[in-house]
Amino acid sequence: MVKYERSKGLTDLRTHYCPGCTHGMIHKLVAEVLDELGLLGKTVGIASVGCSVFSYDYINTDFQQAPHGRACATATGIKRVLPDRIVFTYQGDGDLASIGLAESMHAANRGENITVIMVNNATYGMTGGQMAPTSLIGQKTTTSQEGRIKAQHGSPMKVSEIFAQIEGAAYIERTSMHDIAHVRKTKKAIKKAFTYQMENKGFTLIEVVSTCPVNWKMKPREALDWSKEHMLPIFPLGVYKDVMKP
Amino acid sequence: MSKVLMKGNEAIARSAILAGLDAFFGYPITPQNEIPEYLSKLMKEAGKIFVQAESEVAAINMVYGAAGAGARVMTSSSSVGIALKQEGISYIAGAELPCVIVSVMRAGPGLGGIQPSQGDYYQATRGGGNGDYHVVVLAPESIQETVDIMKQAFDIADIYRNPVMVLVDGLIGQMMESVDLDKPIKKRHIEPKTFITNGTDYHKGRNIVNSLGLDPVYLEQHNLALQRKYNEIRKHEVQYEMVNMDHAEYVIVAYGTVARIVRSAIDSLSKMNINVGLIRPISLWPYPKKAFDLIPETCKGILVVEMSLGQMLDDVLISNKDRYKVGFYGRSGGMVPDPDEIVEAILHFDEKVVD
Repeated sequence: MVKYERSKGLTDLRTHYCPGCTHGMIHKLVAEVLDELGLLGKTVGIASVGCSVFSYDYINTDFQQAPHGRACATATGIKRVLPDRIVFTYQGDGDLASIGLAESMHAANRGENITVIMVNNATYGMTGGQMAPTSLIGQKTTTSQEGRIKAQHGSPMKVSEIFAQIEGAAYIERTSMHDIAHVRKTKKAIKKAFTYQMENKGFTLIEVVSTCPVNWKMKPREALDWSKEHMLPIFPLGVYKDVMKP
Repeated sequence: MSKVLMKGNEAIARSAILAGLDAFFGYPITPQNEIPEYLSKLMKEAGKIFVQAESEVAAINMVYGAAGAGARVMTSSSSVGIALKQEGISYIAGAELPCVIVSVMRAGPGLGGIQPSQGDYYQATRGGGNGDYHVVVLAPESIQETVDIMKQAFDIADIYRNPVMVLVDGLIGQMMESVDLDKPIKKRHIEPKTFITNGTDYHKGRNIVNSLGLDPVYLEQHNLALQRKYNEIRKHEVQYEMVNMDHAEYVIVAYGTVARIVRSAIDSLSKMNINVGLIRPISLWPYPKKAFDLIPETCKGILVVEMSLGQMLDDVLISNKDRYKVGFYGRSGGMVPDPDEIVEAILHFDEKVVD
C-alpha cells in the first residue's frame, strides 16, 4: 500500500495562491526533489517579486527574498560565498524575462552554478493581469486590452530558446503543467537541474508553462486546456540545452 | 609601522582586504576604477571572491546575497552608479544586512563630469532608496583616515547589521599620500552571525532574509525597531573633529578634502589676526549635531564650505538651531575651491549669509 505523505520540503502553511494556480504544485515539485536528493538542509532559495514572492513561506529551506528581477544576482552572491550549497531562484516571467533579463542572462553567461525555476503564465499575476513579456499575440490583458499587438508590443519572449544560446548554460528545458504526465515530466526536469548543480555543471533553467485562471478569466480546467492549445505552439516543450548531450 | 605611498583608491582596496573582506562585487565607473582593478588581482591571490557584475544594480544585489550568506562584503561606485544601487541599499537596510559601500563622488547631475565633487551628500545621507531607513556615512579627509575608516566601517556594519557608506570625492580616490596600513583600530565586540542563509543543516530553524511586510502592524513594528537601532547608532557612532575653536570669531564647517583646503584658509586668516575654527564632521550620518553646542560665544558666524551648492548646509542649519548667522560658500561641477576664495568668503561673511 502506498501511503501519501506531505513532503518534508514543504512547510505546514497553506498557500495564498488562487484556485487553480499551479504555483503550489510547482512548489511541491521543487520541495519533493530537494527532499529526495537530500538537499533541504543545504539549500538556499531566492524568492522573487510577483505571486511567488511568498515562496519562502512554503518551501522548507533557507531563503532570501530578492528585489524585482534581481534573483539571479542575489543567487550569484550567495553561491559565490557558499559554493558547496545548493542555490535556486523561483521567478515568474515578468521577473526573469522583463525587469531581470540582464541579471538572468549574465548569471547564465558566467555559468553560475545555480538553478532557475521560471514559471511562465504569460501574465503579471500579482499586480492584476498586465501584459507580460511572454503574453501571446492577441492575448487580452489589462494593459493590452485589445490584445497584444506585435507591431506595438513586440512578440512573446522565448526564454528557453534565448538561454540555450548562452555558452554558460548547462541545462535548459521547457515543461508544462497542463496534465499529470507533464507535471511528472516537470518534476523530472527539476530533478535533473538540481542534479546538474550538485555535479557543478553550471547554470540550469527550467521554464514551466503554467496558468493564471483568475487573470485569464477562465476556470482552472479551461486555463490548463488554454495553456496547452495556445501557449505550447508558441512555447514548444523540450530540452533546449544539455551539456551532457552536445 | 612603515609608511607606503599609495593612491587613494588602491588604499581603499588594500584596507578592505586588511579588514577581512570576503567578497567584492562592482561595476566600472570613473573615478573609482582602481578599486575593482586592484581587488580583481588581490582577491584572487587571497582566494577570495571578486565578481565584475553586469551593472551596478546587479552588483548591489550580489552584495545583498553575499551579505545574507554571511560574508564580509563590499561594493564601490560613484555618483551615477550609486544612484543605481539605491534600490538594493534600501533592501539591505530593510533586511538588516551588513555591507560596506564606497562612494567616490564625481560631479553631477546626470552623467555630469568626472572631477571631484561633494554633490552626493544628499544621495549618501538622505538616500534615494524607498522607506524609513538610514545608512551610516563616514567621510574621511585624507588617505590615512580613509584606510582607518575602511577598517572601522566593516565593524560598524556588522555590529548594527546595516550598510555603511564610505564617502570620498575623486580627489581622495585619485591622489597619492603616504599611509600606514597597519595602524590598529579599536577592537570591538561583534556578535556571531546567526541570521545567515547558509542552509538549515548549519543553524537552528530556518533563516529568511526579507524586507517584505504586507501587514502594516508588523511593518510599523519593524520600522520602529529600525529606528531604535538608528538611535543607538546616533548615540555611539558620531565622529567629528574640532580645530582652533578657542575664541574663534568664525567657525567653518567642512568635510572631506574641502576641510583640508579650509585648514590652509584658517592659517592664512590667522596671519591676518582673524581667529577661525573648524568643525569637521567625519560621520555625515549620524550628523555631529552636538559639535555645534561647543561653539564659543565669541563666534560671529558659521561658514559652510562645500564642493556642492549647499547640501550639508541643511544639517548645519538644523544643528545650529538659529544660534549663529550661517553663511555658505560652495563650488560645483568639479571645481575645487582655492584657500583664497575661502579667506575672501570669511572677509565678506555678511554677503554669504543664507536665510
